[in-house]
Amino acid sequence: RYYEYMFGQSRRRGPGPGPLGARAEPELLQLEVVIESPEPGCYGFPHLRSSEAYHLTVTEPVAILKADEVWGALRGLETFSQLVHEDDYGSFLVNESEIDDFPRFAHRGILLDTSRHYLPLKSILTNLDAMAFNKFNVLHWHIVDDQSFPYQSIYFPELSDKGAYSYNLIYTPADVRLVIEYARLRGIRVIPEFDTPGHTQSWGKGQKGLLTPCYSGEQPTGSFGPVNPILNTTYDFMTQFFKEISSVFPDAYIHLGGDEVDFNCWKSNPDVQQFMKKQGFGYDYAKLESYYIQKILDIVSSYNKGHMVWQEVFDNNAQLKPDTVVEVWMENNYAHELSSVTKAGYTAILAAPWYLDYISYGQDWKKYYRVEPLHFHGSEEQKKLLIGGEACMWGEFVDATNLTPRLWPRASAVGERLWSSSNVTDLQDAYKRLTKHRCRML
Amino acid sequence: AEDEVSWGTPCTELLVFVATPGCDEFPSLDSKESYKLSVSEGSLLLSADAVWGALRGLETFSQLVGRDENGTYYINETEIVDFPRFPHRGLLLDTSRHYLPLRAILETLDVMAYNKFNVFHWHIVDDPSFPYESFTFPELSKQGAFNAMTHVYTASDVQMVIEYARLRGIRVVVEFDTPGHTLSWGPGAPGLLTPCYSGKDPSGTYGPINPILNSTYQFVTSLFKEVSAVFPDLFIHLGGDEVDFTCWKSNPDISAFMNEMGFGDDYRKLESFYIQRLLDIVSSLSKGYIVWQEVFDNGVKVRPDTIVHVWKEGSPPYMEEMANVTKAGYRALLSAPWYLNRISYGQDWMAAYQVEPLKFEGVAEQKERVIGGEACMWGEYVDVTNLAPRLW
Repeated sequence: RYYEYMFGQSRRRGPGPGPLGARAEPELLQLEVVIESPEPGCYGFPHLRSSEAYHLTVTEPVAILKADEVWGALRGLETFSQLVHEDDYGSFLVNESEIDDFPRFAHRGILLDTSRHYLPLKSILTNLDAMAFNKFNVLHWHIVDDQSFPYQSIYFPELSDKGAYSYNLIYTPADVRLVIEYARLRGIRVIPEFDTPGHTQSWGKGQKGLLTPCYSGEQPTGSFGPVNPILNTTYDFMTQFFKEISSVFPDAYIHLGGDEVDFNCWKSNPDVQQFMKKQGFGYDYAKLESYYIQKILDIVSSYNKGHMVWQEVFDNNAQLKPDTVVEVWMENNYAHELSSVTKAGYTAILAAPWYLDYISYGQDWKKYYRVEPLHFHGSEEQKKLLIGGEACMWGEFVDATNLTPRLWPRASAVGERLWSSSNVTDLQDAYKRLTKHRCRML
Repeated sequence: AEDEVSWGTPCTELLVFVATPGCDEFPSLDSKESYKLSVSEGSLLLSADAVWGALRGLETFSQLVGRDENGTYYINETEIVDFPRFPHRGLLLDTSRHYLPLRAILETLDVMAYNKFNVFHWHIVDDPSFPYESFTFPELSKQGAFNAMTHVYTASDVQMVIEYARLRGIRVVVEFDTPGHTLSWGPGAPGLLTPCYSGKDPSGTYGPINPILNSTYQFVTSLFKEVSAVFPDLFIHLGGDEVDFTCWKSNPDISAFMNEMGFGDDYRKLESFYIQRLLDIVSSLSKGYIVWQEVFDNGVKVRPDTIVHVWKEGSPPYMEEMANVTKAGYRALLSAPWYLNRISYGQDWMAAYQVEPLKFEGVAEQKERVIGGEACMWGEYVDVTNLAPRLW
């Protein structure tokens, strides 16, 4: 595909050694790609510790791209393709270069929300391409939420049967496999998020008894709240469900959500109130939330998956495993949150200043670019625990008709911030490169 | 199945009756767009005074047609008498800040028709680029377009837009904004723009059109002669907004002229001097004109049938400006609260919807002078990759 990217737009295309016109000296005949590790990783999946470093030497007659693992080769190939340019006569040129490159942060993600609006497969794949152009390496797939449940579960087909917007706005197991493989070929991990106990209205349609019935006085109102944390059936369901998720999604991590749990419904429910008494939680529903989360974390751990959670799970003092990744998303004083999370010894990723769904007039890419993730109070060790960040494109006002122009090239600013060295901060220089890069992406 | 609705008599034909023929003409500000739509058992009738009303009625009819789960097309029994509140319902596209390929413009015209818009305000040239291929002055686009081969509108492109619009009952009102917003005119028309000075010497940069030279008015006459012939609509938008006086002030020849004319230090008088001559030129070409509000605000003497386009949100607040403009006897167009290029998070369509164009202090005659408004999609951050989802 990189051949297409570099030479595909050319007017002069034909079979043969290359689209070069008159043989001009000096000439670059070949890009040799060398992967050094005995385990290059071509048949495996990328992970947090994958090596994405590469060394690129462009000189005549043969350029060499060296990387430890295939993931670094992919990054280097992207860079090489950006170095190749076409002159006015249709000749392809590349400057003699020596590049030694590696990412500053290991987790560089994009969040897509396919519940508020369904995103057809094509849309997701186009964005995976765009992510690769910007060296993003994580697709955080916020696949289900209150509004709809498009994930077609094998064990629980009713979930999407009843919970999707319609029978054809779903992701079948084949669709999911396609996304995972398309991502893998671009060195992108797919981390699915099944957000509970809040954000689960759509789950209740296909799984009766899962959500908490809300009460008005003595009577159920007919509406439902978060997942019901007091029933054994809840955990039986989750055990089965996450068994499936763990096998369908190969990444080492699953995002378990845990954000914005509204306690009102729990408070109204007499069985829940009784449970609170029994457990000695008093009126502190955060304790009930943590009780639930802990059980889910244990379930997911038993399948040998690591967890990512939104910051509330940490804020509400749930017992987290030491390798839990906490995603900081609340804008208010996020630097302080980063300090707290890392001080407690947990790994963190930053999303708070990068909610790209919050559009505004003008060149807002600059404010995303200016973010310095390590600008928080903490020791060296603490700073090491910040492993990266994510640009989020929540779907309330986004679907296939506007996803791509809304996300790009603004997300490119985040991509550079997460990959490049901390001293790459000059906005004017970034502007020049970003405008060219945008045209290239088109 | 037992629950099936029993459909009435199938209808196969929508009869369209137009009282006054006029399919070969261009729509105008006075075009009648009213229509009546009668849907009853076995009879579908659309009647209108003019073909323009028939177009609007056809659009409505197409929106009434539904389809059930079995694939049957149906329409409810309906009686509609409809006509627009305002005769000028426009959309502005800016093809200078970013070039818009023909297909983007044509697509926009389609969606305008779906929404019963009837004026395409084509802000075709501005500071950043001059994509309009002029046959009188071919150098303008040769030197001023982003790319003279790929980023221009040829004569046939322009004709296509005009005809495509006409078939949808949409007028094309072109804007050649002067004397400001003209940097791209400079390379193809040497001597047109004012050379700015740094002290005694030209700084190398240029400002608005030079209002003191006869050559300027010869150029303007020739250009607008062409524009008047190419664009059939009665109205041309002449711009006149945001004229930056700094360059004029720096130029010694202009200072001398200001003295000669007794304008003192008031450069608005110089701006008015230019605009008045421009208006006279355009009038002599039998065209009407629309101008941005500054022309009115700066006290330029304009003809009574001038249309003033209100775009500034504050100083004065736009409703006050609407009152002032209509009080002075001019017709007004409202755009100030409808700058759709100023995006924001959430359902901002509501803010646009809640605008009430006649909500200002004034007598009935004043209110009648508000002929409509325009949604504007300025192109600083817009090109074909994001135009449609940003606008609609």
